[in-house]
Amino acid sequence: MKDIAERALNQAQLAGASYADVRVIHQRSETLSVKDGRVDAFARAGSEGFGVRVIAGGAWGFAASNRLTTAEAARVAKLAVAIARASALAKTSDVRLSPLAPMRASYATPVRRDPLEVSVEEKLALLMKADGAMRRVEGLAVAESSLEAAVEDKLFASSEGSVIEQRIVTCGAGIEATAVSDDEVQTRSYPNSFGRQAGTAGYEFIEGLGLEENAERVADEAVQLLSARQCPSRTTTLILDGTQLALQVHESCGHPIELDRVFGMEAAYAGTSFLTTEKLGGFRYGSELVNIVADATAPTGLGTFGFDDEGVPAQRTPVVRDGVFVGYMSSRETAPLIGQESSGTMRADGWNRIPLIRMTNVNLEPGSWTLDDLIADTDDGIMMAVNKSWSIDDRRLNFQFGTELAWEIKHGKKGELLKNATYTGITPDFWAGCDAVCDARHWQLWGTTNCGKGQPGQTMYVGHGVAPARFRNVRVGIV
Amino acid sequence: MLGEKHARTLLEGALSACEADQAEVLLVAEDSALTRFANNTIHQNVAERNASLQVRAVVGKRIGVASTNSLSAEPVRRAAESACAMARFSEEDPQFVSLPGPSGAIAPLPGTYAEATAAATPAQRARAVRAIIRRAKDDRLVAAGAFSTSEIEMAVANSLGTFAHHAATSAEANVVVMGDTSTGYGDRAGVDVKDVDVEALAVEACGRAVRSANPRPIEPGEYAVVLEPYAVAEMLDYLSYVGFGALQLEEGRSFMAEKMGHKVAGEGITIYDDGLDPRCFGLPFDFEGVPKRRVDLIVDGVARGVVYDSYTAGKQGVASTGHALPAPNTMGPLPGHLHLQPGDRTLEQMVAEMDRGVLVSRFHYVNVIHPLETTITGMTRDGTWWVENGEIRYPIRNLRFSQSVLGALSSVRSVGREVKLQRGWFGGSLVPALSLDRFTFTGKTEF
Repeated sequence: MKDIAERALNQAQLAGASYADVRVIHQRSETLSVKDGRVDAFARAGSEGFGVRVIAGGAWGFAASNRLTTAEAARVAKLAVAIARASALAKTSDVRLSPLAPMRASYATPVRRDPLEVSVEEKLALLMKADGAMRRVEGLAVAESSLEAAVEDKLFASSEGSVIEQRIVTCGAGIEATAVSDDEVQTRSYPNSFGRQAGTAGYEFIEGLGLEENAERVADEAVQLLSARQCPSRTTTLILDGTQLALQVHESCGHPIELDRVFGMEAAYAGTSFLTTEKLGGFRYGSELVNIVADATAPTGLGTFGFDDEGVPAQRTPVVRDGVFVGYMSSRETAPLIGQESSGTMRADGWNRIPLIRMTNVNLEPGSWTLDDLIADTDDGIMMAVNKSWSIDDRRLNFQFGTELAWEIKHGKKGELLKNATYTGITPDFWAGCDAVCDARHWQLWGTTNCGKGQPGQTMYVGHGVAPARFRNVRVGIV
Repeated sequence: MLGEKHARTLLEGALSACEADQAEVLLVAEDSALTRFANNTIHQNVAERNASLQVRAVVGKRIGVASTNSLSAEPVRRAAESACAMARFSEEDPQFVSLPGPSGAIAPLPGTYAEATAAATPAQRARAVRAIIRRAKDDRLVAAGAFSTSEIEMAVANSLGTFAHHAATSAEANVVVMGDTSTGYGDRAGVDVKDVDVEALAVEACGRAVRSANPRPIEPGEYAVVLEPYAVAEMLDYLSYVGFGALQLEEGRSFMAEKMGHKVAGEGITIYDDGLDPRCFGLPFDFEGVPKRRVDLIVDGVARGVVYDSYTAGKQGVASTGHALPAPNTMGPLPGHLHLQPGDRTLEQMVAEMDRGVLVSRFHYVNVIHPLETTITGMTRDGTWWVENGEIRYPIRNLRFSQSVLGALSSVRSVGREVKLQRGWFGGSLVPALSLDRFTFTGKTEF
């Protein structure tokens, strides 16, 4: 790997790059899915290659190849410089990077059991047991369970002298039970929707999920939902469980604090942000109970690493403090534009993509309530759990979410199960209505495996630590 | 480019290294580049050379899939051996029948490859971007978007004698232009980079932004709408996702499940999939090497069919329609080349025929709320207007909609006569504008 990196950096500088970095990456992954008692998918994939990012003529260029030879490294480095010079044809100012001391370092995800070394038999047995437990429930139409694991070895080297080696291990698993009637399809997921709960961790993470133990309950809930009452349309008090609140944080806080979005760099695809720079330090994002951090150091978080893909060390950055917006996620290019240094959030989803500002683990800090007390304290409302649908406008203000589960709350008690629940709001109004957050015992890191951004598209793994919370005056049951 | 001969040698080498009852090798190789701009400057500019060689091994009814992105002999052999070993370790899939057998020589599809696109340079893309930016600046707007060119090669072979090879190019440009109070959008795509008219694209996007400045709020509610093709294409994609695949139908998850042969949309609505139409990035065969067939999905408002791959076709005892996705595929087959049959109205006529309603350019962040009811939600974006007495009266702030797609299509008043090409994941759709009598907006935002 190092010979490729050295050749690429040398060639880029010879061709006139004022800055260059290279990432050489080997990635191995495995997917296993079981459906209704049979193996639905069993796949292993390997991907290797390198990407060279340069500044030449004051503008960016990037080129990447799957051919790991020094001759290809030279070709790709020269191409990256040629592309940068083409970029310079339509530049308005030179790119400036925030300072970064060169470093030689390494990082590896702490792992007890390498998930790619665990036998297929063991993994299949785990999924088959959960599958069997789901299918014992009468009325279930489809039972699905799956796990995924990946190991990424990457070398980062820059013309500033940094050489950083990292091994990032991710894995996760989940189950889905689907019940069908003439006019309804209801799916229940565990531990989370989008196929699985995931983290940076070894196979022990999957073993701790309790798939089999929860399979029958989840399947039973899917069947019950077919005959559940439709979530009513009204404005009420809403309690969100951790899985749904994680996505609420993701969409309404995580994306709008990406400084590249704020500066319009994503305008053509994902959109911009309502959290414009004049709001930094003074804008009331939510109630005083709302405290949010972007933390790339949280153990097992899906957005946890040692160094970002610009070689900046992982950091823990305050985003919302006592309800006031105080911090962005930034890069070496964007941070100087607001007089700061990079907060270390640049990541690429492979060797063939440029790093972009991506969420790390954007976490809502725990409050002081127990969930039981929170429900007991709620006279009239609805509790919703596990995301089913999501949508938010291109400045991240008007959102609408749907959940798999909802329950009526009456006189402090969780009551009737409701189906097809949805809620909507405007981001700062919604967070202003937050009047209770559960405590650290209820706090859990959730992994989001499908965060899309950029052109060409990139999919990133990010994390959200949350505890259930309560929101007043929320419109639910959108029709 | 590898070329057909080299691709065949690679695939045959992988097949011979795979000691399984049946084996399939899928090769996709790509050279692509994308120039991205924002704030009237190029801020990202990338190029990539990559490949994927994937081996599906079948031992009895046990299946394993292994892939590599290195086309050297050793990694390819390892992938083939790994797929075989995985198949042996796996459990049986009793529903698997067979990989598809050979279907004779597959005729090349003309009009899907252009030398000019394959030869496009970074400077050429930068000049195109500069032309868009210049036009935006003339209107005191700020432009963001991307211009990309790519060359892709796909080959499939299996141990039953299937072999298919296809090379294609694509060029795409999209732009969002922003003013103080409004935005406008446009995109273009084509096989030949020379057909991507960036000047016309910039004029279209800038026109929308200028015409939608200073939008007024309106209250959400049920309105008549005219949806421009951008919005129609997105709506159709979601309808396809929840309903037009054989697997969803079989599992009762598709709205088509109980409605085949019944009316599900207005009479003016005919939707079909045709991968052999070169106008929408045609593909002569699917990811299993099965020749593509045209499939009627909804004809004159009546549900008529879904698409199949070899797995779902084998289970149902019918022929694959050539709509397989790459293995292992847990989603089932999906259409990739949707057509909504055009009607007889111009967009201007559709607006002129509207008493009161909303003209929508484009949707944003759409998602499914209820698959059987085909209910989706999303926002309007980049130009929305209030229409009264057949005239566009003023731009309006963006609205959230929650609407059954089939419900909307059942209220079709007229269908546009011009179709627009919208690029998809591995194909594209050709859709006209639609005038609909009923469309439900459930929320509003601040811009």
